[in-house]
Amino acid sequence: MSTATPSRPALQRFLDNLKAVPQQFRASAIRGGMPRTDRTRSTFVFGNVFLHLHAVRTHRWSLRWSTTWGLGITAMAAFLITLVTGILLMFYYKPYPEVAYLSIKDIHFVVPTGRFMRNLHRWAANVMVVAVILHMARAFYTAAYRAPREFNWLIGMALLVTTLGLSFTGYLLPWDQLAFWAITIGANIAQSPREVTDALGITEYFDPGGLQKLILLGSDQVGEEALIRFYLLHVMILPLVLAALAAVHFWRIRKDGGLVKPADADRRLGPPPPDTYPVFTEAPARTYHLAAIVRGKTPAVGIGPEQTVPSMPHLLYAEAGVFMLTTFLCLALSLVSDAPLKELANPNVPENPAKAPWYFLGLQELVSFSAFMGGIGIPTIVLLGLGLIPYLDREEEGTGQWFGGPGGLPLVLASVIVGLGAAVGVEAIAIRFGWLREWFPNIPQLVITAINPGTVLTVIYGTYSTWLVKRYNSTRAGALGLFTCFLCGFILLTVIGTYFRGPNWNFYWSPADWPHH
Amino acid sequence: MPRRDFLGLASVWAAAAASVLSLVGMLRLPRAAVLASPSKKFRVSLPESLPEGAPYIPPGRSVALFRDAKGVYAVSLVCTHLGCILKPAGDGFDCPCHGSRFAADGSVLKGPAPRPLPWFKVSGTGGNYVVDEDVMVSSGTKAAA
Repeated sequence: MSTATPSRPALQRFLDNLKAVPQQFRASAIRGGMPRTDRTRSTFVFGNVFLHLHAVRTHRWSLRWSTTWGLGITAMAAFLITLVTGILLMFYYKPYPEVAYLSIKDIHFVVPTGRFMRNLHRWAANVMVVAVILHMARAFYTAAYRAPREFNWLIGMALLVTTLGLSFTGYLLPWDQLAFWAITIGANIAQSPREVTDALGITEYFDPGGLQKLILLGSDQVGEEALIRFYLLHVMILPLVLAALAAVHFWRIRKDGGLVKPADADRRLGPPPPDTYPVFTEAPARTYHLAAIVRGKTPAVGIGPEQTVPSMPHLLYAEAGVFMLTTFLCLALSLVSDAPLKELANPNVPENPAKAPWYFLGLQELVSFSAFMGGIGIPTIVLLGLGLIPYLDREEEGTGQWFGGPGGLPLVLASVIVGLGAAVGVEAIAIRFGWLREWFPNIPQLVITAINPGTVLTVIYGTYSTWLVKRYNSTRAGALGLFTCFLCGFILLTVIGTYFRGPNWNFYWSPADWPHH
Repeated sequence: MPRRDFLGLASVWAAAAASVLSLVGMLRLPRAAVLASPSKKFRVSLPESLPEGAPYIPPGRSVALFRDAKGVYAVSLVCTHLGCILKPAGDGFDCPCHGSRFAADGSVLKGPAPRPLPWFKVSGTGGNYVVDEDVMVSSGTKAAA
């Protein structure tokens, strides 16, 4: 027998198929259909390559605002905004000295929506830095770094460093005075291991500082080579690194069992409010299948397995909400405040004061005492300490709770006072009385490198934290104190660097007191 | 060790070694062999009227030249702290970036600068000199005026 003859003429079938194209197209793109039932809600999430980073159902604890304050999504949203606006800016930007400056001027004054896009790019970058720092603080204070999330904490640290790297490399691109001198200072911080190798007299044979600066700048000073390298890092290398790390970061959240929650989260949450929709749309009419049974002695109808609700719509809508809020914030800031553009870079006349982006001004304050310790030594110590926290704190008390662990919130508040007090004290001494070189003019450089306000502060914080470990008999207590102290120190130094340092990096109570030049 | 395991391990290690070597090879590229910076050697004529102990800064250069009874010398004006350009102030130089202060001979008086300012090689006579910023000389080395 031959194949069955189609009942309708080919032309008719062709027209029918043509009519059905929109519907067929939708069905082929979204296999499960509209997310209206438990099954199609599930396929909506796991049938989509981007959405399937989420679990199909989300624990109700993860959806509370106070669990995360949406900070991770805020950072990601800000990154996506910088990605889109950055690509748009690349239409006009030309990475060559002087031409770069002119192209930014074009973007600012001539290109349609150019100024707005640049403002958005700059504000989203700032929002991203703030969100990443706050997100890290959230993860720390809720003890989310503990097993099994140790590795994801490290990925998060890498993301923080990459974010700061993206901001730093973007700072040079406008090629104005601010850019040129901030990057000159940054590149010389990369070279600052020479402070030690010179003092030891071994720079001729072993010069990691010189090598770092040479590779960063492609020359011995900031010029065309440096600009193209920073451009390459900013638009290609670092975004790719960040995207890869972010993918691992998100993936690990799922693999590590979702967001951190207290051991008794289910009891604290209680049953979901009666109007929660949907917990389950398909009542298990015939039998209780496994998914409808929660832990406990009796099957609890109306409560999702282990207190979960469908990710679509609960989680996805919440994420979309945070995304919109972030976009709104960046839009509002961009309308209110323009990204700065100073005069064309002049390698012979430094900007005075020459200030880095605000989140580096705390470091710049430390650098103004010792380039190596402030720029490389202490940041390395801090990063090492942060990376070791999850491997040293193997306790379980307080996981998933804000300021959880021995000591709790009172300890954190006490640490705020210690952290701010020590920083204010050390800074006040350095500002009022100077430092070792003013007291002993012939003191060897190595002594200043070893003993300066930055290292003194680090030792104070370290000692306080060690005392806390003993006092509470808990590593977590020491970590809470140390993290809080460093966070407060960072904030205080940033404020001093931003608002109280003027020409020649002298201390001024107000910019109104700056001398006119 | 069975031959199969040996061959397997050997290929894994060979692949790892090849990757590391190629990475080293790739990292060699960004380390510039020739620097793109402008020439470090320049000619300069000192004004006749330059008083003893006063700095003369050639336009566009970050070097201060001095003339005294013993000769002519050139002191770098790039701060040894973080590379900002110094400004003459009073009897020495101030750094606008982090407040370092240097004496006229380049020694550190104040601030975070870790080293004294280097002196550069000066050659020539009469009013015309050649300064080479690539060649440092020990402090106190002066060219005959």
